[in-house]
Amino acid sequence: MSTSAATQVSDLAAAIAKGKRAALAEALNLLDDRRPAARQQSAALLAHLQSEYSNTCSHLIGITGPPGVGKSSLSAALIAVWRQRGLRVGILAVDPSSPFSGGALLGDRVRMQTNSEDDGVFVRSLSSRGQFGGLSAEVWPMCIVMLAGFDIVLIETVGVGQREVDVSRLCDTTCYVAQPGSGDSVQFLKAGILEVPHILVVNKKDMGAVAQRTLSELGNALNAEHPDGQWQVPVLATSAMNGSGIEALADVMAHHHQSLQERKRLARRRRSYQAYWIHKRLEEEFGSFGIDKLGGEKALLEQLQSQDMDLFKQYDSLRQQCCNGEVDKHESDND
Amino acid sequence: MQRDRPWLMRTYSGHSSAKASNELYRTNLSRGQTGLSVAFDLPTQTGYDSDHPLARGEVGKVGVPVNHIGDMEALFDQIPLGEMNTSMTINATAPWLLALYVAVAERQGVDPGQLQGTTQNDVLKEYLSRGTYIFPPEPSVRLTTDLIAYTVKNIPKWNPTNICSYHLQEAGATPTQELAYALSTATAILDAVQASGQIPADRFQQVVGRISFFVNAGIRFVEETCKLRAFSRMWDEVARNRYGVEDPKQRRFRYGVQVNSLGLTESQPENNVQRIVLEMLAVTLSKNARARAIQLPAWNEALGLPRPWDQQWALRMQQVLALETDLLEYGDLLDGSPVVEAKVLELIAGAQQEMDNVAAHGGMVTCIDNGYVKRELVQSHTRRMRNIESGDLKIVGVNCYQETAASPLTGGEESGIMKVDELAEREQIAALQAFRATRQQGAVDGALALLRAAANDGSNIMPSSIQCARAGVTTGEWSEVLRAVFGEYRAPTGIDFVASDRSESKALEQVRERVRATSNELGRPLRLLIGKPGLDGHSNGAEQIAVKGRDSGFEIVYEGIRLTASQIARAAQEEGVHLIGLSVLSGSHLELVEDIHNELEAIGCKDIPLVIGGIIPQDDARQLLDRGLKAVFTPKDVDMNIIMSTMVTIIRQVNGLEPLA
Repeated sequence: MSTSAATQVSDLAAAIAKGKRAALAEALNLLDDRRPAARQQSAALLAHLQSEYSNTCSHLIGITGPPGVGKSSLSAALIAVWRQRGLRVGILAVDPSSPFSGGALLGDRVRMQTNSEDDGVFVRSLSSRGQFGGLSAEVWPMCIVMLAGFDIVLIETVGVGQREVDVSRLCDTTCYVAQPGSGDSVQFLKAGILEVPHILVVNKKDMGAVAQRTLSELGNALNAEHPDGQWQVPVLATSAMNGSGIEALADVMAHHHQSLQERKRLARRRRSYQAYWIHKRLEEEFGSFGIDKLGGEKALLEQLQSQDMDLFKQYDSLRQQCCNGEVDKHESDND
Repeated sequence: MQRDRPWLMRTYSGHSSAKASNELYRTNLSRGQTGLSVAFDLPTQTGYDSDHPLARGEVGKVGVPVNHIGDMEALFDQIPLGEMNTSMTINATAPWLLALYVAVAERQGVDPGQLQGTTQNDVLKEYLSRGTYIFPPEPSVRLTTDLIAYTVKNIPKWNPTNICSYHLQEAGATPTQELAYALSTATAILDAVQASGQIPADRFQQVVGRISFFVNAGIRFVEETCKLRAFSRMWDEVARNRYGVEDPKQRRFRYGVQVNSLGLTESQPENNVQRIVLEMLAVTLSKNARARAIQLPAWNEALGLPRPWDQQWALRMQQVLALETDLLEYGDLLDGSPVVEAKVLELIAGAQQEMDNVAAHGGMVTCIDNGYVKRELVQSHTRRMRNIESGDLKIVGVNCYQETAASPLTGGEESGIMKVDELAEREQIAALQAFRATRQQGAVDGALALLRAAANDGSNIMPSSIQCARAGVTTGEWSEVLRAVFGEYRAPTGIDFVASDRSESKALEQVRERVRATSNELGRPLRLLIGKPGLDGHSNGAEQIAVKGRDSGFEIVYEGIRLTASQIARAAQEEGVHLIGLSVLSGSHLELVEDIHNELEAIGCKDIPLVIGGIIPQDDARQLLDRGLKAVFTPKDVDMNIIMSTMVTIIRQVNGLEPLA
């Protein structure tokens, strides 16, 4: 990279940290761009912001659940509460893409209408692009950038069961939203198909008795203690429609964040997201065979978590190792 | 010879100002029109005063602006309300416009109890088509219910609601869907009136008897006739079985009609005349299912706003059918036809099944709120568009027989359409501000306090609204009070679950290839923002472009209707889109595009290319291109593969890529 390009990147990083919208938009476009020159710049940008993602004051939250459960409306209601509390919010909303055309309808903004004059909210929609098990591969790099500019970064994604990559592997606090009257979530939880979230929410509590029943079923299905340890999983009822329960949900989220900080778990967790992302991308490209070449999943994850290198650099060097070995390259045109 | 009395003949009209519209109404009445059909402008329909920022460019465009009792009085100047039958196409603000009408009647010395006419007052269909809703479904149903209960008690000859299947067809509904969703809406409303307890059980029959319908008739006029016969029978059964109405007169399916606008074409627009006449036959042929009132669109609706002469032509079509032909001399022509009977039964069976389906999923209000009905309509419309593209559905002059001699109709200085006086908006705003200055603020505040109390405590909204009308409250003030109490709503867009186009059409494959190639060259998937700025809620076009864009491989950001220029510009920036596509059908494209240009420039995004689609006259299209828009699409651009391809070409140009072969 030329000196002037390097200056540009460092200016961009500085502007992002100051919360400049245009800079953030430019950075997100850059991270999306797969041309070699752009990849180089992205790597440089992420290196600049690397310290930011271990900045544990900001809070990375994932909201997931089946389609139609009201995740976007719930997010909108949460955004309003956070804004009242003076917190700046960045949102990454992931929608599925069409397997036929690769195109996608990104409609989450409709339900997230925010005051357009408010500089404290920024929504970016993403399509899963048929990769990364339903979560877009760009999510994690984009999170790093957003964490530099916002107090709260919210990932909203459809999650219906085992085929999805669990967003919980990429955020501090995972919130699963269940549909009143649908037994699916309960079944998924019991069967261990669904990773246990940090917070369970039954939205549409305005549905009365049905919501109440689902609430108690979920409460019973849960083994209350989160596998992370030292966290009792709360089951909350909300109504995005009339706003009830939203303040309480925001409080519980903040409480979970605080508990992670107090237990000094957050920095370590954040490194694990990065490790997971790299592992997942390598697995997509080279299969489990490639992962074995690199010493197997466990060793790879441990190795990745122990380093503080920047994202693309780590990824590229491991990719290179896979390619130089006798691993068959397939579908590498993803990049 | 005994002839039947002809139906009520109306022309849907209103524009610029109350004064200009009043002149138009009096001219139309003198030409033999027998009732009035008032078109309100979008700010009035969505509850904004003419000087509200969202009203910019929309004042007096698709109808008349009515801000207060003074405007309403001017609108009916020298038209005695006691003798008139007035239909008002008004929904979210229906209680308010009726309150103004009542207050004007009082001023004219007419007993409001004698008033005759119709308020459309069907907000549920606004969530599915047309888009002039304000509040969430629940309070909307309550307002609808209040108006019905009030008029049944106090204005007995008023038709308090016109359940609309019209707009469902415009949004893509098949005849079966039209039947099912309109009847499901009617029962949802009647159930709500019953549950409100405002009408004693022994008078409920009267409520059922006052329900009327507003229906569409498309070009498949045999099937459409059968649809209307099916409607009559199904309604009769609903009234008898569900509500126990014994008097057959109270069970009659009473309906007014506007024939289809969806099928009117911009290419060879003179052909629309035949279309309109054939569609009129659908609603008049069968005496037992004949319309009570008819309004016909003008032949040039797809080009822009019709002129008085175009409207006169539409009225004359009705007069020729009613007065010259022998249609009204006979009984029902179709009774006993086995072909008609079989079709009617088929439609009833299909509609009944879908009604049961809606009922099983919680009823119409729930199925609107969760997006089910909208999704079904978008799917149907998508199917229709795909059939037009493939040529399976023939439209003369559009996808066959496109060659034409030059039309003398669209030549001339006006290019065959009406130009709204550009001064109208400014004059309206000045008059409104002068009106506000003359009011007694105490009376205004007092009336608004009554309205707020009624909205909160659940008492009928009409008495306090009439009080507001008398006191000089404005449309914006009335709506603002209710917005504060009820909140605002955004309806589901319905596009989220539309199935992908799996056809292996060559044209589509070519577009996909162009999108793919360009995405690769630019390093990331092509992203397109579809924006509907302003108050116009006609979202069919935007939805179809969104679905087609997805099928072509674009990532589409679509946020639904009624966005401000600033929301659109910000979304374009946050989402990193390669192109913005705007859709405007209200005629306010020049003002809205200017606003969006300014907003984009303000946030440093003026390089994102803009294209627009809508009903845009040629002169305006030229102006828009001069101001930097990259393309203007109008109803004659029916091949969406070409539209998509054009967008790719534009994206390549602005990004400095070589043209593709």
